[in-house]
Amino acid sequence: MSIRERLSGNEAAATAMKQINPDVVAAFPITPSTEIPQYFSTFVSNGTVDTNFVAVESEHSAMSACIGAEAAGARAMTATSANGLSLMWEMIYIASSLRLPIVMSLVNRAVSGPLNIHCDHSDAMGVRDSGWIMLFSENNQEAYDNLLMAHRIAEHKDVLLPLMVCQDGFITSHSIENIELLEDDKVKEFVGTYKPEHYLLNSEEPIAVGPLDVQAYLFEHKRQQAEAMRNAKKVILEVSKEFEKLTGRSYSFFEEYRLEDAEIAIVCMNSTAGTTKFVVDALRNQGIKAGLLKVRVFRPFPAEEIASALSHLKAVAVLDKADSLNAAGGALYEDITSAMYIAQKQVPMINYVYGIGGRDTTSKEIESVYTDLQKIVSTGKLENPYRYLGVRSK
Amino acid sequence: MKDVIEIRWHGRGGQGAKTASLLLADAAFNTGKYIQGFPEYGPERMGAPLTAYNRISTTPIRIHSNIYEPDYVVVVDDTLLESVPVTDGLKADGAIVVNTARGEDFLKEKLANCPGDIYYIDARKVSMETLGKYFPNTPMLAAIVKVSGIMTDEEFLKDMEGSFQHKFAKKPEVIEGNRKAIAMALQEVKKVTK
Repeated sequence: MSIRERLSGNEAAATAMKQINPDVVAAFPITPSTEIPQYFSTFVSNGTVDTNFVAVESEHSAMSACIGAEAAGARAMTATSANGLSLMWEMIYIASSLRLPIVMSLVNRAVSGPLNIHCDHSDAMGVRDSGWIMLFSENNQEAYDNLLMAHRIAEHKDVLLPLMVCQDGFITSHSIENIELLEDDKVKEFVGTYKPEHYLLNSEEPIAVGPLDVQAYLFEHKRQQAEAMRNAKKVILEVSKEFEKLTGRSYSFFEEYRLEDAEIAIVCMNSTAGTTKFVVDALRNQGIKAGLLKVRVFRPFPAEEIASALSHLKAVAVLDKADSLNAAGGALYEDITSAMYIAQKQVPMINYVYGIGGRDTTSKEIESVYTDLQKIVSTGKLENPYRYLGVRSK
Repeated sequence: MKDVIEIRWHGRGGQGAKTASLLLADAAFNTGKYIQGFPEYGPERMGAPLTAYNRISTTPIRIHSNIYEPDYVVVVDDTLLESVPVTDGLKADGAIVVNTARGEDFLKEKLANCPGDIYYIDARKVSMETLGKYFPNTPMLAAIVKVSGIMTDEEFLKDMEGSFQHKFAKKPEVIEGNRKAIAMALQEVKKVTK
């Protein structure tokens, strides 16, 4: 029997970390981080977990300490947000290239400036090519569930990549909502014990971690990282299946919501998917064949699978909660349009940059996107595919 | 009760509107409902206007946006009636609950265009008499429970007992006062006759 609770997204993430009980948590427990390290440090003080909590002096050090711990053979976790992640940036790449399956809870917030601490995905989009697995979460439940699956995916011998679980800052991180928790012993059994094959504290096998990787080797190592990211796809599906057996909650690369017979659809990530489901239901009641594809696994990017799931649609809008400022389109839009092109699927696609810096996204705005899609379908015209939703024009 | 009730709180930083919205979510959760409780975070300053929200539903809640067409509005500080459009989007079959000591005529004037019913309570009086200090959020929480009918008085009193034990574990001396504040507020909330 699962436990009926009500928790904020931050509390949900901290609870998952408590139940995982990692060997090391290194975090900077004040802004720009989240309440997560603060809650977790309480569990440490109370003796609820036996984690070694390293209260570092900066986010750069937080990631460095995780790298040291994980390389030594420990299971390490951290949590951050926005500019905290920015400060980690150098070490983010070191973590993935050293193939250290560190798990991070990332509460998505705007990377300043001008100074803003509210929700958007600019922090996550800044590290999308850093070799981390990236899972996105619609609500507190998914943030919790994704964290429980994280180590099983990251630590798999065919993967060995760090993983971040994203959720929307404030919108879900600070909102109290219902959640179903697993019992501690079930989590412990599911997550299992970390048994690294190679690690620094193994006196039987002296190794070096992170030495100079010259022209003759780095390319091959990057190629292996890329292969690991491909392997992650299979592992993510396997772990998700096993998680479904345990909880009844089904996860895949993405969620298709009333998409099968849809004619128009929105693609988005995190909390906006919930608002979109609400709108899809309302439109369906009016006989409009609207659907949603919610991306859960953003890295590795399930290009073929998404192209296949969207191929029957008459028009699609991709919503990006970060502007790439590239005069071409948001990151999710570019990934999805590329996927469609490569799969030779011709579906008119538009992009909306929305919700920047915590701008609220209303159900009416989401409805207006479906209205725009209907217009594209009826006129056959697609003008200005790179659009904005909810921004003042003057 | 409707399938989904949406509530918007207007208060000032330091008055506990955010805490009240979280306590309301807690109380509704304990009666088996699906809930959301979330503040709108801005620059955090004592006295600055702030907004918090609740959704209470019989089915899972998916929408993640602020509330623009609330069933109920709670105003924790009556000076906000001058500066914040508190009745914006309020449903015609909804209601507003204001903390004020200024009486019905004041409310009728300030809320002349209010689409829903108007209720009021002197939360300062309740708070001073029961807690000896001005904490308007507990009386306002009781007032909105009463007006919205989310749960019965008995359910609410029983539930808050547990919440207070938990919330004030380190300040047990305030539990009795809060208990009295709730009980008194449930009786004190009045409707403006139109």
